[in-house]
Amino acid sequence: MMDTISECFARVRSFLRKRKLDEDLSSELSAHIEMAVEDNLKQGMSPEEARRQALIKLGGTEPAKERHREARGLPFLDSILQDLRYTFRTLKRDRSFTIIAVLILGLGIGANVAVFSVVNTILLRPLPLTDPQQLVWIAPPPTKCGFSCETYSADAFEEFRAQNRSFQDVTGYFAFTTEDNFKLMGRGEPVPATGIFVVGNFFQVLGVQPSLGRLFTADETRKGSHPVVLLANAYWKRQFAADPRIVGKAIDLNGQPVTVVGVLPPSFDFGAVFSPGEKVDLFTPYILDDWRDDGNDLTMIGRLKPGASLPQAQADANLVVPQLYFNTKYPDTKGSYKTIVLSPLKTYVTGRLHRSLIVLWCAVGLILLIVCVNLANLLLGRAAARSKEFAMRIALGAGRRRLIRQLLTESLVLAGAGAVLGLGIAYAIIQYLAHQGSIALPLLSDVRVDGDVLAWTVLIAVVAAVLFGLFPGFRISGVNLQEALKDAGPGMSESRKHDRMRGVLVVSEVALACVLLIGAGLLLRSFLHVLDVDLGFQPSHAAAIKVDYDDGGSPAKRAVIFQQILAHIEAIPGIEAAGMVDYLPLGRNRSWGYLKVKGKLYRPGEAPNPLVYVVTPGFFRVMGMRLVAGRDFSWDDGPKGQPVIIINQALAHAFWPQGNAVGQIVTGSNGTDMLVIGVVDDVRETSVEGAPGWQAYYPATQHWPAGAELVVRSTLPPDTLATSVLHTLRQLNPNQPAAAFMPIQQIVDHAVSPRRFFMLLVTCFAALGLLLAALGIYGVISYSVTRRTQEIGIRMALGATPGNVQLLVIRATLRLALIGVAIGVVASFAVARLIASLLFGITPSDPTTFAAIVLILASVAFLAGYLPARRASRIDPMSALRAN
Amino acid sequence: MQPSKVDLLQGTLDLMVLRTLVAMGSMHGYGIARRIEQVSGNRVLLNQGTIYASLVRLQQRGSISAAWGTSENNRQAKFYSVTTKGRKQLSEDATHWQRLSSVVGRVLAMPEGEGSR
Repeated sequence: MMDTISECFARVRSFLRKRKLDEDLSSELSAHIEMAVEDNLKQGMSPEEARRQALIKLGGTEPAKERHREARGLPFLDSILQDLRYTFRTLKRDRSFTIIAVLILGLGIGANVAVFSVVNTILLRPLPLTDPQQLVWIAPPPTKCGFSCETYSADAFEEFRAQNRSFQDVTGYFAFTTEDNFKLMGRGEPVPATGIFVVGNFFQVLGVQPSLGRLFTADETRKGSHPVVLLANAYWKRQFAADPRIVGKAIDLNGQPVTVVGVLPPSFDFGAVFSPGEKVDLFTPYILDDWRDDGNDLTMIGRLKPGASLPQAQADANLVVPQLYFNTKYPDTKGSYKTIVLSPLKTYVTGRLHRSLIVLWCAVGLILLIVCVNLANLLLGRAAARSKEFAMRIALGAGRRRLIRQLLTESLVLAGAGAVLGLGIAYAIIQYLAHQGSIALPLLSDVRVDGDVLAWTVLIAVVAAVLFGLFPGFRISGVNLQEALKDAGPGMSESRKHDRMRGVLVVSEVALACVLLIGAGLLLRSFLHVLDVDLGFQPSHAAAIKVDYDDGGSPAKRAVIFQQILAHIEAIPGIEAAGMVDYLPLGRNRSWGYLKVKGKLYRPGEAPNPLVYVVTPGFFRVMGMRLVAGRDFSWDDGPKGQPVIIINQALAHAFWPQGNAVGQIVTGSNGTDMLVIGVVDDVRETSVEGAPGWQAYYPATQHWPAGAELVVRSTLPPDTLATSVLHTLRQLNPNQPAAAFMPIQQIVDHAVSPRRFFMLLVTCFAALGLLLAALGIYGVISYSVTRRTQEIGIRMALGATPGNVQLLVIRATLRLALIGVAIGVVASFAVARLIASLLFGITPSDPTTFAAIVLILASVAFLAGYLPARRASRIDPMSALRAN
Repeated sequence: MQPSKVDLLQGTLDLMVLRTLVAMGSMHGYGIARRIEQVSGNRVLLNQGTIYASLVRLQQRGSISAAWGTSENNRQAKFYSVTTKGRKQLSEDATHWQRLSSVVGRVLAMPEGEGSR
């Protein structure tokens, strides 16, 4: 073993000291010959004969040297280096070919690597938590009432945690946090921050270790304990300049001193996992006793015991759930949670993106295929030009295997250069994507170039090189020596075969591009349909800002504050309307339990559970929502007045399928009777694409809002508005933090951002595919025109007009393109069915898309054929016939 | 080429070179080649060029060492000599070779027609 290793070292050393050793051997050999000559002379030979015999005995100096090199060095590497040197020489000579090939490969590989890194991060890699395969998302199945029906009350959470037997531990977080719900004070102007309440054991269960300080202790999660906070790493760096002595210090949150107990590691990004596209700055303990009477607040996440399986845990949970109380104070709430669904946390976080990502991955795979076909085509064209060179090498004794190796070396070098360029492109794309906070994709901030990505790059580069390199390789090495060496170049039959093969390549390229384009077209049209959806409100020219207020717990005082704020804001020039709400659409939401028609009896679970929004008068107007019956709230609907409510059409229809809702009485889950004073049009509250559910609007003067988002409508740009609005708010309340002004359109954009992301990428790939296909067609037709110059010359000499010639060339082009398109369309029907679930508002066989793509491809093919056709028609018959 | 000359078996040249060096002490490539030819009574088909490949192989394995020196007729030549490791290697290889050749000899000496009865 040792010997083998040291011999390897010796060989590598010899390989590196090649020149010195060669010189050594040369002098050794010449000494050898001199001695042999001397001996031979002594035996009476003539001087010439003496030298000749000496050389014969030695078997020649060159073979001796060759053997010596083989024995001492790395002969395999030697010949590879030789191939490489040769490759660099030829590629340098053919500069334009090299540049085009590397560029095409770079784009193809770059797109593949970038998409792979996204797919790897979101789909393939485990979540960035400890033993993530043990983590389980625990929730009721999705319903119409939003987050409130996907969460659990404090009592239910504790019961579940105590009774189940499959989990090491269960934790959760408060699901109704709005952005900028904290203000950091005592450091100049109040600064908004987003904080999440987490159950005390949250980080322990997820397996997150603090990078500074410690996690929450059990004491800190009890009622009345001293308030503490954990900082997210990014927030600590941004807001506290990464102060290493922050732990133990108190910071002022909402006017209360809170002690920083630790800083979380940079690898933990709450937003990336649980609320894509949002950033979370700090974490405070969720004190269960403070929330007993609040209702469903908590998400549940469990860590399975080692060896426990998901089905086991599910069966266990099915036994526990009917025993849960919504609130242990009210025994009749036992059994209010009916079904429970356990799913791997990973599935909860990324499951719905599965199909989109696979489609994306396939799309770039297609691009790589097109790139390979294109290069095979280019190389085939080059091979035709080089057939003489190869014939010469074969005639000089090069083995076919050696020639193929030479060609493979060339394609590997091209692919290698393409991979380097591609990696550069991918790096730029990845850097861009990782810093796109506005794309609501989970884990996107984690996307990076890592070992997996590098390995993938190498893999696809090698696969591509073999794909496009071997193809022409086998062709070339099968070259007919005599024909090739003849001055006239390849004979007729040879070149026909050649043409047919290039034709097949172009057809497949067009077919692949066609599939890609139709897929992209369908996604693009779906996206346009999504943008056309009637949201039930007008997002343009409206913007929202989080407002801080202190009503001291009095609805009457709150009514005064809100009225004052709105009056001042509406007085700002340029502002057309203003209103307030606690939850903006397409963001967080909640419900307050069932609503019933007064006097009507419902079976348990039958009464609707609408989403609840607490609003001020004027909110509907400022959002551009449509009041279809009755009236808006007014400031006269005061704390002491008749309780009133406005419901949406879906809820009105559920209550009174053919009657008028206005003027009717409904009863809330706390027993209050409320007069329905208006009906508004449905709003897409949870997603742009999903059907709207039940919604109920309560006046802020009679109910407790969960915060206040001030919405203003103005044609002025939000930036100009922000200053004056914030100034006005500060005058009314010096504690108003410098919260960001959020255009409502941005909220909508955020909601459709995943679809936009996939659509844009696939469209870019399709455009790239189209370009490559056009290049392929152009290359083939242009080459065939060059080769047929003589034939065209004869035709023209015999009376063909330039128009005839153009027609001839264009007809050949369109024939290739149309065969490709036909195959592509047929394949697209199958592919479109696979992506049917990603489409919106169109069928997979949408005739408009198919027709448009066929038209686009045909026109591009026409253009790609027209240029060579024009050249063909300008051939001068005399010079064409004289040449050769 | 006379057909009576013996082709060298793979690997035997290294053994012969090593043994020759043990016998001669320090020697250059030409001297080794001549010596092997003489000892074999010129019956071996030796391509002298292969000696150098064998020498570099042995050198890399640490069986021999080399140094430039002056030959008997005042010529610069590379002289090779066996190392301790080389002697050990030789004795192992020689034993192995003798065992192998005696086995081959015995098999070849089998009388004919001694198949299963």
